[in-house]
Amino acid sequence: MYIYDEYDQRLIDERVAQYRGQTERYLAGEISDEQFLPLRLQNGLYIQRLAPMLRVAIPYGTFNAKQMRMFATLSRDYDKGYAHISTRQNIQFNWPKLEDVPDILEQLATVQLHAIQTSGNCIRNTTTDQFAGAAADEIEDPRPYCELIREWSTFHPEFAFLPRKFKIAVCASNADRAAINLHDIGVDIVHNSLGETGFRILVGGGLGRTPVIGTQIIDFLPKQHLITYLEAILRVYNQHGRRDNKYKARIKILVRAMGIDAFRDKVEQEWAVLKDGPSTISEQAFEKAKSFFRSPAYQIIDDSEAEAALKQQADDDKLFSTWLSRNVSAHKQPGYSCVTLSLKRTGYAPGDLSDQQMEAIADMAEQFSFGELRASHQQNIILPHVPKSALLALWRQAKTEGFATANIGYLTDIICCPGGDFCALANAKSLPIADAIQRKFDDADYLYDLGDIDLNISGCMNACSHHHIGHIGILGVDKKGQEFYQVSLGGSQDRDASLAKILGPSFASEQVPDVIQTILDTYVDQRTDEETFLDTYRRVGLAPFKEKVYA
Amino acid sequence: MPERLIIDSEIVANQWQLITEPGDNIDDNSAIIVPLSMWTEQRESLLKRPRLGLWLDCDQSPQLIAEDLSHFELVAIQFPNFADGRGFSYGRELRDTHHYQGEVRAIGSFIRDQLFFLKRCGFNAFALETADLEKSLASLADFSDSYQAAMDQPAPLYNRR
Repeated sequence: MYIYDEYDQRLIDERVAQYRGQTERYLAGEISDEQFLPLRLQNGLYIQRLAPMLRVAIPYGTFNAKQMRMFATLSRDYDKGYAHISTRQNIQFNWPKLEDVPDILEQLATVQLHAIQTSGNCIRNTTTDQFAGAAADEIEDPRPYCELIREWSTFHPEFAFLPRKFKIAVCASNADRAAINLHDIGVDIVHNSLGETGFRILVGGGLGRTPVIGTQIIDFLPKQHLITYLEAILRVYNQHGRRDNKYKARIKILVRAMGIDAFRDKVEQEWAVLKDGPSTISEQAFEKAKSFFRSPAYQIIDDSEAEAALKQQADDDKLFSTWLSRNVSAHKQPGYSCVTLSLKRTGYAPGDLSDQQMEAIADMAEQFSFGELRASHQQNIILPHVPKSALLALWRQAKTEGFATANIGYLTDIICCPGGDFCALANAKSLPIADAIQRKFDDADYLYDLGDIDLNISGCMNACSHHHIGHIGILGVDKKGQEFYQVSLGGSQDRDASLAKILGPSFASEQVPDVIQTILDTYVDQRTDEETFLDTYRRVGLAPFKEKVYA
Repeated sequence: MPERLIIDSEIVANQWQLITEPGDNIDDNSAIIVPLSMWTEQRESLLKRPRLGLWLDCDQSPQLIAEDLSHFELVAIQFPNFADGRGFSYGRELRDTHHYQGEVRAIGSFIRDQLFFLKRCGFNAFALETADLEKSLASLADFSDSYQAAMDQPAPLYNRR
């Protein structure tokens, strides 16, 4: 993973000092609430319903055991002993004190972590595939490019006060696990016929109040131009994005209003000034960035032997076998696997981790995965490089710690925001809905029979849990002070991205589990042998589901 | 315009009068900063004045007046509120795209904590309205280096390491 040199460390230390000064001036009354707002947001600090919330960046979701231990320590020393993995691969603390935040940031800086630009109207943490650098289906490791984007976007002087927040996602694999269609900018790493690396760039995707699938702005951008091209897009957006209405301020609205061709013309015009200029990435810079993401010291393993031994173990234990099929995915190195630790155990808030669990995960990372960890936007934790021969031992340990729920990609692997229990923006609670659904559908055989189903629950229109792209999406709405839930079907975040359609009038919270049951029954009734939930929905449409649910 | 401001990291007295409406009272010899509309309407008479500056409102890109920039000793860019970041791009366009060499002055509701970024975007004069100027000077040096290329650093860090 990326290791700071003296430049990075100095900049991050200077940021802590800057924010400490700003906090002191705020507490002394020298900065108004209004002026302090963007300053604290750009350091990840929100004021929530009950207390401040600090969002710490995990750049492109990659971190290590030592950093996880720091999260555990901070949650104990400054919080209530737990933290929450967000839907953008970050980690959130729900109870820090505003005056303690400079100290927290100072401690984070000692392990090369920060909260820079995790909120505010600026370029946010760049996200990517949680299996980056390990996935069997990737054409390249996307992280060196993510790192270059991280550097360029960090403290960018021109783009710290954009019309609205700005999110960039990068993908380099056949399956799109980064949802590049649904970001302000999606960067798809591609190879041309000569085998050269370049980028297909999508622009103007996003969720929130007005969900939009991104549009291609260029089909092959040679790699050295990545930063100048991104800079040109941002410069057009910064000048022309709407600032009169925050609900119409995202780049998706600008792209739609101008039309992609006119928008592209403007970008090309700006790019003409920047192209081939000093921000063109040198070959040496690429090599340097790549040098941080070399593979760990893998052992040479005969994959067929490892597979045979694993099959033997799986045959002996059905639970282990089920876990293997759900929580373990293909690695590019023979004899290795990627393991997803489920943070979706029934009875626990999705994505939440206690301090002890964080330390247990750090131990497992060191024991089984070269100390490396990943956070996924589905709010799980990944051990990216586990030898197949160690999977059984890892599974046993994960079971003891409560991370071995074999539900990755299943209905109960719910993506869920903190909702009305914590968030000041929420219209409704989301966690109790997730809990009720997990309790109702806790039968492993039934979940297995249902197969892949993404269920996403957002507590408001801001769509932090991406309910528009869940196969089943649930949105909390406020109706005259009462919490109701709108259900939608047919969303997808993959290459064939689609936005879910609203089923009909919303439901009271206690009705939701039964509504989900009716939807699942309808699917089981309508499906052919090979069809997933999404396949069936796409074939039969909304009508049969609607008919049953509102019968 | 405040009486004192920061220019090139020093606190100096303001010499310029900002004209926001064409009807404003103007001394014959004073240095004036005029809005774009006034320049368009009174170009010939304004050219006779000894010292002339241009005022760009928050939605007026320097692109609108690229050909005429050489007539102005300074360009003042308006920040209607500190969260409106369009002026940062205008600063860069003035310097990078149009190679403007005169003074680029930030005016309006920007804040001390933006000075470092403004400087990187090509601003060299800061007419802060309410801040303590002596203390504010420190914010020009919040960071000792930067990741990106900008006015103060022509090469991005990734090409320098």
